[in-house]
Amino acid sequence: MAPIGIHHYLYLSAILFFIGAFGVLFRRNLLVILMSIELMLNAVNLSFVAFARHNGTTDGHVAAFFVMALAAAEAGIGLAILVMVFRNRTSVQADDLTLMRD
Amino acid sequence: MDVILFYILAFFAVAGGLLMVSLKNPLSGAFSLILSLCSLAGLFAMLHAEFVFILQVLVYAGAIMVLVIFTIMLLNLKEEVLHEAPVGWMRAIFTATLCAAAAFGAIQIFGHVEPQGIQVAPEFGNMETIGRSMLSDFVYPFEVISLILLVAIVGVVLLAKKVI
Repeated sequence: MAPIGIHHYLYLSAILFFIGAFGVLFRRNLLVILMSIELMLNAVNLSFVAFARHNGTTDGHVAAFFVMALAAAEAGIGLAILVMVFRNRTSVQADDLTLMRD
Repeated sequence: MDVILFYILAFFAVAGGLLMVSLKNPLSGAFSLILSLCSLAGLFAMLHAEFVFILQVLVYAGAIMVLVIFTIMLLNLKEEVLHEAPVGWMRAIFTATLCAAAAFGAIQIFGHVEPQGIQVAPEFGNMETIGRSMLSDFVYPFEVISLILLVAIVGVVLLAKKVI
Protein backbone atom coordinates (compact mmCIF):
# COMPACT_ATOMS: atom_id res chain seq x y z
CA MET A 1 0.00 0.00 0.00
CA ALA A 2 1.09 3.56 -0.66
CA PRO A 3 2.53 5.51 2.29
CA ILE A 4 0.12 7.86 4.01
CA GLY A 5 0.41 11.39 2.64
CA ILE A 6 -1.57 14.59 2.94
CA HIS A 7 -4.05 13.46 0.28
CA HIS A 8 -5.30 10.62 2.48
CA TYR A 9 -6.08 13.07 5.25
CA LEU A 10 -7.72 15.52 2.85
CA TYR A 11 -9.99 12.81 1.41
CA LEU A 12 -10.93 11.62 4.89
CA SER A 13 -11.64 15.21 5.89
CA ALA A 14 -13.88 15.70 2.84
CA ILE A 15 -15.77 12.47 3.56
CA LEU A 16 -16.37 13.42 7.20
CA PHE A 17 -17.40 16.96 6.22
CA PHE A 18 -20.01 15.69 3.78
CA ILE A 19 -21.34 13.12 6.26
CA GLY A 20 -21.89 16.08 8.60
CA ALA A 21 -23.43 18.21 5.85
CA PHE A 22 -25.71 15.31 5.01
CA GLY A 23 -26.88 15.15 8.62
CA VAL A 24 -27.64 18.87 8.62
CA LEU A 25 -29.56 18.63 5.33
CA PHE A 26 -31.55 15.44 5.84
CA ARG A 27 -32.20 15.05 9.56
CA ARG A 28 -34.98 17.00 11.26
CA ASN A 29 -33.90 16.36 14.86
CA LEU A 30 -32.22 19.49 16.20
CA LEU A 31 -29.89 17.48 18.47
CA VAL A 32 -28.59 15.45 15.53
CA ILE A 33 -28.19 18.63 13.46
CA LEU A 34 -26.05 20.18 16.21
CA MET A 35 -23.89 17.04 16.44
CA SER A 36 -23.49 17.00 12.65
CA ILE A 37 -22.15 20.56 12.82
CA GLU A 38 -19.62 19.35 15.40
CA LEU A 39 -18.53 16.62 12.98
CA MET A 40 -18.11 19.17 10.17
CA LEU A 41 -15.97 21.41 12.37
CA ASN A 42 -13.82 18.41 13.27
CA ALA A 43 -13.32 17.53 9.61
CA VAL A 44 -12.05 21.07 9.03
CA ASN A 45 -9.69 20.68 12.00
CA LEU A 46 -8.27 17.53 10.42
CA SER A 47 -7.48 19.51 7.25
CA PHE A 48 -5.82 22.28 9.27
CA VAL A 49 -3.61 19.84 11.15
CA ALA A 50 -2.75 17.84 8.02
CA PHE A 51 -1.63 21.00 6.22
CA ALA A 52 0.34 22.10 9.29
CA ARG A 53 2.20 18.78 9.27
CA HIS A 54 2.75 19.09 5.55
CA ASN A 55 4.16 22.62 5.70
CA GLY A 56 6.14 22.07 8.90
CA THR A 57 4.57 25.09 10.65
CA THR A 58 2.35 25.03 13.72
CA ASP A 59 -0.03 27.81 12.62
CA GLY A 60 -2.61 25.21 11.66
CA HIS A 61 -2.62 23.87 15.20
CA VAL A 62 -3.47 27.32 16.54
CA ALA A 63 -6.28 27.61 13.97
CA ALA A 64 -7.60 24.22 15.09
CA PHE A 65 -7.54 25.50 18.67
CA PHE A 66 -9.61 28.54 17.69
CA VAL A 67 -12.09 26.33 15.85
CA MET A 68 -12.46 24.19 18.98
CA ALA A 69 -13.10 27.24 21.16
CA LEU A 70 -15.77 28.44 18.71
CA ALA A 71 -17.29 24.95 18.61
CA ALA A 72 -17.56 24.97 22.40
CA ALA A 73 -19.33 28.34 22.34
CA GLU A 74 -21.60 27.14 19.52
CA ALA A 75 -22.52 23.93 21.32
CA GLY A 76 -23.31 25.80 24.53
CA ILE A 77 -25.55 28.39 22.88
CA GLY A 78 -27.17 25.87 20.51
CA LEU A 79 -28.10 23.53 23.33
CA ALA A 80 -29.43 26.42 25.44
CA ILE A 81 -31.66 27.49 22.54
CA LEU A 82 -32.75 23.86 22.08
CA VAL A 83 -33.69 23.52 25.76
CA MET A 84 -35.72 26.73 25.50
CA VAL A 85 -37.48 25.51 22.34
CA PHE A 86 -38.27 22.18 24.00
CA ARG A 87 -39.65 23.96 27.06
CA ASN A 88 -42.02 26.06 24.95
CA ARG A 89 -43.00 23.53 22.27
CA THR A 90 -42.27 20.05 23.70
CA SER A 91 -40.57 19.20 20.41
CA VAL A 92 -37.02 18.94 19.07
CA GLN A 93 -37.99 18.65 15.40
CA ALA A 94 -36.96 21.46 13.06
CA ASP A 95 -40.25 21.06 11.15
CA ASP A 96 -42.24 22.15 14.19
CA LEU A 97 -40.47 25.52 14.41
CA THR A 98 -42.57 27.45 11.93
CA LEU A 99 -43.26 30.59 13.94
CA MET A 100 -41.26 32.74 11.50
CA ARG A 101 -42.83 31.09 8.44
CA ASP A 102 -46.56 31.28 9.05
CA MET B 1 2.33 0.08 10.44
CA ASP B 2 1.39 3.72 9.87
CA VAL B 3 -0.74 2.75 6.90
CA ILE B 4 -2.72 0.10 8.80
CA LEU B 5 -3.23 2.43 11.77
CA PHE B 6 -4.45 5.20 9.47
CA TYR B 7 -7.01 2.98 7.78
CA ILE B 8 -8.28 1.57 11.09
CA LEU B 9 -8.71 5.06 12.58
CA ALA B 10 -10.25 6.41 9.37
CA PHE B 11 -12.70 3.49 9.30
CA PHE B 12 -13.84 4.18 12.86
CA ALA B 13 -14.10 7.93 12.21
CA VAL B 14 -16.30 7.42 9.14
CA ALA B 15 -18.33 4.62 10.75
CA GLY B 16 -19.01 6.76 13.82
CA GLY B 17 -20.09 9.67 11.64
CA LEU B 18 -22.39 7.50 9.51
CA LEU B 19 -23.98 5.92 12.59
CA MET B 20 -24.49 9.36 14.13
CA VAL B 21 -26.29 10.61 11.02
CA SER B 22 -28.42 7.49 10.57
CA LEU B 23 -29.41 6.42 14.10
CA LYS B 24 -32.81 7.59 15.26
CA ASN B 25 -32.05 7.93 18.96
CA PRO B 26 -29.88 11.02 19.60
CA LEU B 27 -28.23 9.35 22.60
CA SER B 28 -26.87 6.49 20.45
CA GLY B 29 -25.87 9.14 17.94
CA ALA B 30 -23.91 11.02 20.60
CA PHE B 31 -22.00 7.87 21.55
CA SER B 32 -21.18 7.15 17.88
CA LEU B 33 -19.94 10.73 17.56
CA ILE B 34 -17.64 10.15 20.55
CA LEU B 35 -16.20 7.12 18.72
CA SER B 36 -15.61 9.29 15.67
CA LEU B 37 -14.02 12.09 17.71
CA CYS B 38 -11.67 9.69 19.51
CA SER B 39 -10.54 8.20 16.19
CA LEU B 40 -9.87 11.73 14.96
CA ALA B 41 -7.81 12.32 18.10
CA GLY B 42 -5.69 9.31 17.12
CA LEU B 43 -5.23 10.79 13.63
CA PHE B 44 -4.09 14.08 15.18
CA ALA B 45 -1.53 12.13 17.19
CA MET B 46 -0.32 10.49 13.97
CA LEU B 47 0.18 13.98 12.51
CA HIS B 48 2.52 15.04 15.38
CA ALA B 49 -0.14 17.38 16.76
CA GLU B 50 0.28 16.67 20.46
CA PHE B 51 -1.50 19.81 21.62
CA VAL B 52 -4.50 19.33 19.32
CA PHE B 53 -4.68 15.66 20.32
CA ILE B 54 -4.95 16.55 24.01
CA LEU B 55 -7.51 19.25 23.28
CA GLN B 56 -9.55 16.87 21.14
CA VAL B 57 -9.83 14.30 23.92
CA LEU B 58 -10.23 16.84 26.71
CA VAL B 59 -12.49 19.46 25.14
CA TYR B 60 -14.32 17.65 22.33
CA ALA B 61 -14.77 14.06 23.44
CA GLY B 62 -14.79 15.22 27.04
CA ALA B 63 -16.46 18.55 27.70
CA ILE B 64 -18.60 19.21 24.62
CA MET B 65 -19.97 15.67 24.30
CA VAL B 66 -20.70 15.50 28.04
CA LEU B 67 -22.70 18.71 27.60
CA VAL B 68 -24.62 17.19 24.66
CA ILE B 69 -25.33 13.91 26.47
CA PHE B 70 -26.35 15.81 29.60
CA THR B 71 -28.84 17.84 27.59
CA ILE B 72 -30.26 14.75 25.84
CA MET B 73 -30.78 12.99 29.16
CA LEU B 74 -32.19 16.13 30.76
CA LEU B 75 -34.79 16.53 28.01
CA ASN B 76 -35.90 12.89 28.54
CA LEU B 77 -37.30 12.59 25.02
CA LYS B 78 -40.24 10.26 24.44
CA GLU B 79 -40.69 7.99 21.45
CA GLU B 80 -43.29 10.19 19.72
CA VAL B 81 -41.10 13.28 20.00
CA LEU B 82 -38.32 11.47 18.13
CA HIS B 83 -40.54 10.55 15.20
CA GLU B 84 -39.24 12.04 11.94
CA ALA B 85 -40.57 12.21 8.43
CA PRO B 86 -38.71 9.58 6.34
CA VAL B 87 -35.91 10.78 4.08
CA GLY B 88 -36.58 10.83 0.35
CA TRP B 89 -34.03 8.28 -0.86
CA MET B 90 -33.74 9.57 -4.41
CA ARG B 91 -32.99 13.06 -3.15
CA ALA B 92 -30.49 11.72 -0.60
CA ILE B 93 -28.57 9.65 -3.16
CA PHE B 94 -28.55 12.56 -5.61
CA THR B 95 -27.14 14.93 -2.99
CA ALA B 96 -24.55 12.39 -1.87
CA THR B 97 -23.31 11.89 -5.42
CA LEU B 98 -23.13 15.64 -5.97
CA CYS B 99 -21.24 16.17 -2.69
CA ALA B 100 -18.76 13.38 -3.42
CA ALA B 101 -18.12 14.68 -6.94
CA ALA B 102 -17.58 18.23 -5.63
CA ALA B 103 -15.19 17.13 -2.86
CA PHE B 104 -13.04 14.79 -4.90
CA GLY B 105 -13.02 17.17 -7.85
CA ALA B 106 -11.85 20.01 -5.61
CA ILE B 107 -9.03 17.90 -4.17
CA GLN B 108 -7.99 16.75 -7.64
CA ILE B 109 -7.98 20.29 -9.05
CA PHE B 110 -6.67 22.36 -6.12
CA GLY B 111 -4.73 19.73 -4.21
CA HIS B 112 -1.40 20.26 -5.98
CA VAL B 113 0.65 19.39 -2.93
CA GLU B 114 3.53 16.99 -2.66
CA PRO B 115 2.17 13.69 -1.34
CA GLN B 116 4.96 13.34 1.22
CA GLY B 117 5.21 15.66 4.23
CA ILE B 118 8.58 17.04 5.24
CA GLN B 119 10.46 15.77 8.27
CA VAL B 120 9.66 17.72 11.43
CA ALA B 121 11.59 18.32 14.63
CA PRO B 122 10.57 16.22 17.65
CA GLU B 123 9.26 19.31 19.46
CA PHE B 124 6.88 20.09 16.55
CA GLY B 125 3.35 20.62 17.81
CA ASN B 126 4.02 20.25 21.52
CA MET B 127 2.64 22.49 24.25
CA GLU B 128 5.57 24.87 24.38
CA THR B 129 5.71 25.56 20.65
CA ILE B 130 1.97 26.19 20.39
CA GLY B 131 1.92 28.26 23.56
CA ARG B 132 4.70 30.52 22.30
CA SER B 133 3.01 30.88 18.92
CA MET B 134 -0.33 31.66 20.55
CA LEU B 135 1.07 34.40 22.78
CA SER B 136 3.24 36.04 20.10
CA ASP B 137 1.85 35.78 16.56
CA PHE B 138 -1.76 35.06 17.50
CA VAL B 139 -2.16 37.14 20.65
CA TYR B 140 -5.03 39.30 19.32
CA PRO B 141 -7.16 36.40 18.00
CA PHE B 142 -6.46 34.68 21.31
CA GLU B 143 -7.91 37.62 23.25
CA VAL B 144 -10.90 37.85 20.91
CA ILE B 145 -11.62 34.14 21.45
CA SER B 146 -11.70 34.69 25.21
CA LEU B 147 -14.15 37.54 24.65
CA ILE B 148 -16.34 35.30 22.47
CA LEU B 149 -16.37 32.62 25.15
CA LEU B 150 -17.36 35.21 27.76
CA VAL B 151 -20.23 36.44 25.55
CA ALA B 152 -21.31 32.82 24.99
CA ILE B 153 -21.38 32.14 28.73
CA VAL B 154 -23.50 35.23 29.40
CA GLY B 155 -25.81 34.34 26.49
CA VAL B 156 -26.30 30.76 27.67
CA VAL B 157 -27.11 31.88 31.22
CA LEU B 158 -29.65 34.39 29.87
CA LEU B 159 -31.23 31.86 27.50
CA ALA B 160 -31.50 29.08 30.07
CA LYS B 161 -33.18 31.27 32.68
CA LYS B 162 -36.88 30.54 33.05
CA VAL B 163 -37.99 34.19 33.20
CA ILE B 164 -35.90 36.99 31.79
